[in-house]
Amino acid sequence: MSVIVILLAASLSIAGFFLLAYLWSVKNGQFDDDYSPAVRILFENEALPGKRDNHDKESPIEVSPTEGTPNLKN
Amino acid sequence: MTQTLIQTTVKCEHCGESCTHREIRIAEKIFCCEGCKSVYQILNESGLCDYYVLNSNPGISKKTKVRPDKFAYLDNPQIAASLIYFRNEKQVHVLFYLPQIHCSSCLWLLEHISVLNPGILSSQVNFPRKEITLVFNPERTTLRKVAETLTEIGYEPYISLQNLESKKRKSFDKSRIYKLGVAGFCLGNIMLLSFPEYFSMNGYIEEELSGFFRYLNLGLSLPTFFYSGSEFFLAAWKGLKNRFLNIDIPIALALIITFGRSVFEVLTGTGSGYFDSLSGIIFFMLVGRILQDRTYQAISFDRDYTSYFPIAVTTLVDKDEVSVRLPDIKTGDIMLIHDGELIPADGILSKGEARIDYSFITGESNHIHKQTGELLYAGGKQTGGNIEIIVSKEVAQSYLTDLWNKHQFKKFEDKHTSFVHVVSKYFTLILFGIALVTAIYWYKTNPANIMPSVTAILIVACPCALLLSSSFTYGNVLRIMSRSGLYLRSAEVLEGMIQADTLVFDKTGTLTMQDENEVVFHGEPLTSVESQAVALLVSQSQHPLSLSVKKYLNRIPTGVLHGFQSITGQGILGKVDGDIVKAGSRRFVLGDEETEEIVPTVHLSINGQYKGCFSIKNRYREGVIRMIQRLKERYSIVVLSGDNDGERQSLIEKLGEEPTYLFYQKPEDKLNYIYSLQQKGKRVMMIGDGLNDAGALKQSEVGISVSEKINNFTPASDAVLEAGSLSRLLDFIRFAGSGKRVILISFVISIFYNIVGLSYAVQGTLSPLIAAILMPASSISIVLITYGLSTMEGLRLKFFGKM
Repeated sequence: MSVIVILLAASLSIAGFFLLAYLWSVKNGQFDDDYSPAVRILFENEALPGKRDNHDKESPIEVSPTEGTPNLKN
Repeated sequence: MTQTLIQTTVKCEHCGESCTHREIRIAEKIFCCEGCKSVYQILNESGLCDYYVLNSNPGISKKTKVRPDKFAYLDNPQIAASLIYFRNEKQVHVLFYLPQIHCSSCLWLLEHISVLNPGILSSQVNFPRKEITLVFNPERTTLRKVAETLTEIGYEPYISLQNLESKKRKSFDKSRIYKLGVAGFCLGNIMLLSFPEYFSMNGYIEEELSGFFRYLNLGLSLPTFFYSGSEFFLAAWKGLKNRFLNIDIPIALALIITFGRSVFEVLTGTGSGYFDSLSGIIFFMLVGRILQDRTYQAISFDRDYTSYFPIAVTTLVDKDEVSVRLPDIKTGDIMLIHDGELIPADGILSKGEARIDYSFITGESNHIHKQTGELLYAGGKQTGGNIEIIVSKEVAQSYLTDLWNKHQFKKFEDKHTSFVHVVSKYFTLILFGIALVTAIYWYKTNPANIMPSVTAILIVACPCALLLSSSFTYGNVLRIMSRSGLYLRSAEVLEGMIQADTLVFDKTGTLTMQDENEVVFHGEPLTSVESQAVALLVSQSQHPLSLSVKKYLNRIPTGVLHGFQSITGQGILGKVDGDIVKAGSRRFVLGDEETEEIVPTVHLSINGQYKGCFSIKNRYREGVIRMIQRLKERYSIVVLSGDNDGERQSLIEKLGEEPTYLFYQKPEDKLNYIYSLQQKGKRVMMIGDGLNDAGALKQSEVGISVSEKINNFTPASDAVLEAGSLSRLLDFIRFAGSGKRVILISFVISIFYNIVGLSYAVQGTLSPLIAAILMPASSISIVLITYGLSTMEGLRLKFFGKM
């Protein structure tokens, strides 16, 4: 019987982990744009004239565009 | 006699518009205008021609030129600050709304924009919102230059007064998604933990273990019930407060009873409870609600005048041009309004020739000519040259702002009572009847059975099937409609569409095209040489009539024009190859007495010899006339126009005598007319486009605003309809009706399930297992039936509905 309790605890915590992962990804805005990521991955990454390296010294700071951005619509 | 010109069908390499001539080209590639050609050149030089490989003709037409210093106001730090949401010395983060984004090529080009402006560090597009987030280095470029880079390749950022007013973005409400996730998690685990109970008959399962499982289920049901289910309790509470028996009240009641009885059973050790049914119902109903209330991220139904107004305006201070934020404009300031710009505040014309297009505000399609010293109202668009205006009223008190605010009295409660609520009312009453009869029966025979049977009745017969069928059907109907070009604010609009019996159309911009006119030449057909001469003459003038004639003649003006003169309010003249060409009003060309011409007309003479006249009429949208003729059979039709009655005769010819035609309607008149129709008990659907219809759109049961591009400004309304789909209005209404039928069919099916469940419940023998089978079976079959039927109807809309 105690084995089942351990198994249950394990399964519930794994499921709980996935629930948290899901909630986090929704909050993070990963489902906001369902079009561009799918297309973006297909673009060729060839070097373009003047195109700078992605590993730039001035790599952009992470600022989530979902929060605190100005309203440009309506 | 009418002239017809042969149209060539060469597509512009850049934007895909058909080119009328093939003179603008680079090697093999033909362009419709210089603008498109220059974009191609820019991209070609920077090695960005993959843009054209990903999609054919992906570009945005550059026919309308953007004034070079249009974005000068972005140099003003105050204005810039309202667009920037993060900055330090090294980086500035800015978000622009680019309504032009439409394909993967756009995405590709915009995310490679750093090639064109090396000061840009990174760019990321949010496709559904049509927004771009740019990070640039303020030492190497400026906000203005970034905006200009975007504009150069055809993606002009849309910046309006709204950007100043609200910094917060109304983001999509995600709380339901979280609730759904939690409900799904709990449902899955509860079902898993219930299996041992169902499959082990009495005694096979260890006693403590079964108790443990039950308490675990109880624990898991807590977040489902209190968090995920809160949605339904709140809606029910709202219904109770408004003394309106909505569908949420019986649902909330069923949820509470199910939960209460389950907790009781577990605590007393008498049973396992109905936790899986409970969380299943909540899960499925949440899915339905999310589907039904899907939002269109790129469309907004609540735009007000602030998104129509510019963010800044150029003012003259000691002859210097200074950009000023719009709210900072003071009485007495001098505004400089360029061609194509909006007049943001009432003022007096002090310099220049004003030709104001008020069509959006009043519905009047002819441009209004104003002399120096006359009062100009806000909201009009200047066409032609630059003008200077002395502000007489600040923006907040201007005519347009006033007009808008006047409509704010509008009630905010739901305009329609969904028939789902009505059906659920009867359903609930019958249910209580059955429960009462059962209670009385058991009271007489075996009082111990009262509680189990009555609670079981309320558990099994909750009207969730009705809610599920309506939310899934409506969600699917909305989705199918949006694919055909009609975007509804909410599912309630569908019922308004079904109930409407009077259709009111605006004329200008709704039935007619916004920027296209129908030009007819009356007189002897012009020879090629003559046409050429006229085209050359009219190409010198920016007057809208000249532009229409030029477009009609469809020639590239070549040749030499001497002695060009433009006499304000009269006409133009000039000498081509020694011939004097005169075009303009009747008096100007013929020297006759001035006669009031209702249809705008350009008369033409060459060397004093009268050649005829061009009459410029509204062009009706394709299929619209036939649509109204068909709608006439079922609805009473009204055409409301802010325009003069020059089109009355041709409308009667096209549509017949039956529709009511009203002209010279001011925005208030339109609103009042709708109101008077409603007083007579009519249910009105209004189809309009401009700000002049805003009040009427809000007042009517269903207000649909028509837009050439769904991202353009549309007044607040219940639905946005793509102009190209206007002729299919009848199909949309029919489709909405068939959606209602689908709900009724699935409701009948759900009653069958209810009878099965009730037959157990009244006997007091509803075991959790039966509930656990019945509940998902009914939910899933109803979802499948509604989805399948509405999709079938949708195919009819797609393939057979075309008129």
